[in-house]
Amino acid sequence: MSSFTHPSRRGVIAAGASAAAAAAVPGLAAAQAGKGITLLNVSYDPTRELYKDINAAYIAFWKKQTGQTITIQQSHGGSGKQARSVIDGLEADVVTLALAQDIDEIAEKAKLLPANWQSRLPHNSAPYTSTIVFLVKKGNPKKIRDWGDLVRPGVGVITPNPKTSGGARWNYLAAWAWALKQPGGNPAKAQTFVQQLFKQVPVLDTGARGSTTTFAQRGQGDVLITWENEAHLSLAEFGPKFEVVYPSVSILAEPTVALVDKVVDRKKTRHHATGYLNFLYSPLAQDLIGKNHYRPRDAKAAAKWARKFPKIDMVTVDGIFGGWKKAHATHFADGGVFDRIYKPG
Amino acid sequence: MAASKGWGRWREPSVLPGFGLAMGFTLVYLSVIVLIPLVALALRPWELGIDGVARTLSDPRVLAALKLSFGASALAAAVNAPLGLLVAWVLTRYHFPGRRLLDALVDLPFALPTAVAGIALTAIYASNGPVGALADKVGLKTAFSPLGVFIALLFIGLPFVVRSVQPVLEDFDREVEEAARTLGATDLQRIVRVVLPGVLPALLTGVGLAFARAVGEYGSVIFIAGNLPMVSEIAPLLIIIKLEQYDYAGAAAVGLAMLLISFGVLLALNLVQTFLARRGGR
Repeated sequence: MSSFTHPSRRGVIAAGASAAAAAAVPGLAAAQAGKGITLLNVSYDPTRELYKDINAAYIAFWKKQTGQTITIQQSHGGSGKQARSVIDGLEADVVTLALAQDIDEIAEKAKLLPANWQSRLPHNSAPYTSTIVFLVKKGNPKKIRDWGDLVRPGVGVITPNPKTSGGARWNYLAAWAWALKQPGGNPAKAQTFVQQLFKQVPVLDTGARGSTTTFAQRGQGDVLITWENEAHLSLAEFGPKFEVVYPSVSILAEPTVALVDKVVDRKKTRHHATGYLNFLYSPLAQDLIGKNHYRPRDAKAAAKWARKFPKIDMVTVDGIFGGWKKAHATHFADGGVFDRIYKPG
Repeated sequence: MAASKGWGRWREPSVLPGFGLAMGFTLVYLSVIVLIPLVALALRPWELGIDGVARTLSDPRVLAALKLSFGASALAAAVNAPLGLLVAWVLTRYHFPGRRLLDALVDLPFALPTAVAGIALTAIYASNGPVGALADKVGLKTAFSPLGVFIALLFIGLPFVVRSVQPVLEDFDREVEEAARTLGATDLQRIVRVVLPGVLPALLTGVGLAFARAVGEYGSVIFIAGNLPMVSEIAPLLIIIKLEQYDYAGAAAVGLAMLLISFGVLLALNLVQTFLARRGGR
C-alpha cells in the first residue's frame, strides 16, 4: 500500500506546484495523481487532429512493445504562449511547436533542455514540414493567383498577428521572400510590399484558428493566408465553399519537436518520451502525418500522399533570413519592421 | 468615556464581540488576495528604469490602446446608466407575465464565459450575421471596429448597473413617493427630486463596477474587435502581446498604468457618492 501512497502523493504536490499551469490542461492534475505514466505534449494551435491520431497509435504501439499502458495529454494554443507556459512551469515532457525559435526560448530562458536540442533528432528535429498557402472563396472571384494579387485595391487579406501567432510569422516571411525574389527585388521593396499587405488586413486575430474562423465563418476578407494543413482542413470542414491556391513561392515551414530534459528526468519519463519522439519518424506516424495534411519526411509516405501536396518553390528561413534568431530580431521584436507598419504617419 | 474616545478611531462600537479577530482576518485576506499581487505588479516595471517606463507608456500605440479601452468603457458605462436604471425600474415596479424570466436574463452576461459571449456577439454583428448585415446596409461597420468593442462592453456591463440599482429600488419607501404626490409633486418632479437622489449612490456604484470590469475585459472583446493596432486594439490585448514577446516589464508597465487610471476613476466616483450621501443626509 505504502509503495502506492508515496508516488501518488508526490504527484499531488507536483500538480499543486504547477496548479496555474495545470489549470490550462483539464485533467492533468488528476492524471498525475493517479498511477501509471502520463506524458504531456505541449503543441501549437492547428495540430489537434494530428496528435489525436498519433497519440492513439503510439499508445497502442507502446502497449504492444512493453505491455505498459500510458496516457498522453495534449495542450494546444498559440506557439509563443505555449512556450511561455512551459517556461513558467507547465510540465511538458515533449514540446512540438510551430517554430524552432520558441523551443530556443525554452532552452535559453528556463534551461530545461540543452541549446543543441535541434541536432538530437533527424531532419533538424522536424518530423514533418508544411508550407503557407492561400484559401479563397469558391471560383476565386477576386482572381488571386499569387502574392502580388493580395495588395490589389479592394482585396481583403486575413492573417493572424505575427506577434502572437507562430503561423503568422511564417505567413509574413513567405510574403517577404516572394517580394525579394521578384525581378529587381530588394529588402526595401519587400518591406513596402509587406507593409501594403498588412494595410489590407481588416481583422488581425491572435492565432491561426481564429483567422480561419474569421474568414470561413464570419465571411471577412477575400483570402486567408494559412498553413497548408489548415487550408485542407477547412476544405474538409466547409466543403465546396472554398478552394486552395498555391502561390509561386512559399516558405518551407519546419515545425520542430524536442524532449524537455529537466521535466522527463524529474518525472522519470525519459524513456517513454524519447520513444514518442522517435515514433514520429516511423512509417506509421509518417502516414498519419500525410493523412492530416502535413508533408511527411518519409519517402514512402510522401509518395502515397503526393497528390495532396503540389511541388512549389519553397525558400527556407535559414537561406533567406539567416535563421530564426535574426529573422525575429529584424522583423518581430519590439520596434522591428512589423511594428513600424502600424506607426502612425 | 475618554478611553472609548481614544479607541474611537479604531473601534466601531458594536454589540458583537470579536473585533480583533475580524479585523485581523480582513487585513490578512485583503493582503493575500488583493494587495500582494498588486504590489508584485507595481514593482515589476521599474527594471526598465523610469525613462523606460515613460517610453513604453508614451508609445503612440500604447496610448491609442489605453484611449480605446478607457474611452469605450466609459462610454459603455455611461450608456448603461440610464438604460440599466430603466431595466431595473421595469423589473421592480411593474408586474407582467415573464418578469422573472426577464429578471434571470439580466444575469446571463455574468454567467457566460466571456469567450462564448465574444463569439456569439461576433456571429451576430459580423457583416454576414443578422444584425451586422442590417448595419452594413446603412454603411455602419459594427463587428471588427471600435464600435464592436463598445457593443461587447455594453453587453458585459449591463448586469452590474441593474443589479446595483434593483435592491435599492425595491426597498425604496413608497410612502415617500406618495407623500410627494399628496404634496402636489408632478410625475417628473417625483422622479427627479425624490426617486433619483435615492438611487443615485447605488447607480454610481453600478456604473463604477461596469466601468472597471469593462476596462479589464479581454475574452469577449478580442473576438469582435478586429484587433488592428492604432484602431481597434484594446490595452489588455497589448499586454498579452507584450507577454508573448517575453516583455514582462513592459506588460507590467501598461498594467500598472491601467490600474492607476482605474483606481483614480473609482476613487472619484466614491468621493461623489460620499458627497451625495452627505447631502442627502444618509
